[in-house]
Amino acid sequence: MADRSLSPALRPFDAVGGWTISAVDSLGRFGTFFVEALIAIATPPFKVRAFVDRINYIGYRSLLIILLTGAFTGMVLGLQVYLTLVRFGSEAFLGPAVALSLIRELGPVLAALMVTGRAGSALTAEIGIMRITEQIDALTVMALNPMRYLVAPSILAGLVTFPLMTAIFDVVGIFGGYLVGVELLGLSPGTYFGEMQTFVDMKDIMTGFWKSVSFGVVVTWVCTYKGFNVGHGAEGVARATTQAVVLSSVLILVWDYFMGSILP
Amino acid sequence: MIKVEGLRKSFGRQPVLRDLDLEVATGSITVIIGRSGGGKSVFLKHLIGLLRPDAGRVLVDGVEITHLTGRALDGIRRRYGVVFQGGALFDSMSCADNVAFPLREKLRMPTDEIAKRVEAALGQVGLEGVGAKFPAEISGGMRKRVAIARALVTEPEIIFFDEPTTGLDPVLVNTIHHLILDLHRRFRFTALMVSHEIPEIFEIADTVAMLHEGRIVEVGPPAAIQASANRVVRQFIRGEPDNSEGH
Ligand SMILES: Nc1ncnc2c1ncn2[C@@H]1O[C@H](COP(=O)(O)OP(=O)(O)OP(=O)(O)O)[C@@H](O)[C@H]1O
Ligand SMILES: [Mg+2]
Repeated sequence: MADRSLSPALRPFDAVGGWTISAVDSLGRFGTFFVEALIAIATPPFKVRAFVDRINYIGYRSLLIILLTGAFTGMVLGLQVYLTLVRFGSEAFLGPAVALSLIRELGPVLAALMVTGRAGSALTAEIGIMRITEQIDALTVMALNPMRYLVAPSILAGLVTFPLMTAIFDVVGIFGGYLVGVELLGLSPGTYFGEMQTFVDMKDIMTGFWKSVSFGVVVTWVCTYKGFNVGHGAEGVARATTQAVVLSSVLILVWDYFMGSILP
Repeated sequence: MIKVEGLRKSFGRQPVLRDLDLEVATGSITVIIGRSGGGKSVFLKHLIGLLRPDAGRVLVDGVEITHLTGRALDGIRRRYGVVFQGGALFDSMSCADNVAFPLREKLRMPTDEIAKRVEAALGQVGLEGVGAKFPAEISGGMRKRVAIARALVTEPEIIFFDEPTTGLDPVLVNTIHHLILDLHRRFRFTALMVSHEIPEIFEIADTVAMLHEGRIVEVGPPAAIQASANRVVRQFIRGEPDNSEGH
């Protein structure tokens, strides 16, 4: 907070200092929150019911959007990659080109972005409303740890569902590419899948897997944190939800680059 | 016994509690009265460990709770029941599940025992057959009663009520007050209740305390409060309009 007695020349420094302190402070709280969640995950009792409920919430209910976006991503890829490859006379490599871009990059990233938009925002809003209507306080005064009941199941469910959603996205996308490349543009099905098997390695699949696992943790961590630390009233919930989606999306892309450069 | 000494709390530059002292005897019903926005809910939140004071102490049976965290604080809270001003029902659960929740998660009771207790608790607050509904599907007064049932069902030693009867019709106000008195006779819990129900609370309270401008300005048995010479107290319990301040 700007001190009124400060000379005007010093005020910008005061503002920068204040901003830095609050940034470091909120980073610290963000980290502490994760550690508390990990402790809740690592110590019994494990809330199976809440966990199953969260899998339904994050995974099952995102299924439709994953199927839709997966199919169209694959179809777009099939078309564009085909048009590029055909110039070099190497359209036989359409299968591996589609599969590799989906498995290594687009699958994990787009599936994570879609689940963030579908379920991450809802997660933040739900926890935010529980906070402002004192439901989280009610848990706390029952001597029940809200981290255990709300946050830990969500993060665990993210860990499980993001790879599954990514796998579904990849498979549907590969068939979308098949639809365009083979059914519409006349490539032979044997070439599409045969070359794919030759060129896609287990390590490509593992790259996509590790990405999706880490996205699952990042998104649920950000979304539960934003919900937990919501401001006042409906406006606070709205702001937290927007921030959660924006921050999750940015972190997905930044982290994707980072993972892409360290994984083989 | 709950003992509060010199409690102070400000939000930003707004002081809400300034040097508040209060003693609540074990097994008594103490009612806190005071103007809306006067800091009664904030005060209760200090006693249940949801807010930390800027200064002062809260002692529960001699244990200072203001600096407790984690398990130590949970140990104290296990003895508590709390009715929040807004009810704070879990809106993802049915009313019956709300009442069952502390029995299942806090007391780890067997399922058939829980079902029996939940039925009885909802019956006591006049809500038989409402168990399957969700909080969003019932009226505000019904939600309040479910919240009361949820707090009482675990038979806690110390119960905090934040305006348990605000928004209920006069018949229900009396029903709830009688329920509290009846249960109090049976379980001898310590109750601290914030209420605006004047004069009804004078029938059920052992002690009445008036919170004004962040302090307890008068505390005593109902008769003494009703006969108080303090201008603020008299004005409040008679509901006289406020001429001195420009609210
Ligand atoms: N978390 C908070 N942050 C900032 N100010 C707060 C907070 N909680 C309460 N206040 C302020 O503290 C004051 C007292 O609020 P409180 O809710 O305790 O009033 P109350 O006595 O319970 O009133 P009512 O009878 O209407 O429930 C109010 O002015 C309110 O604005
Ligand atoms: Mg209040």
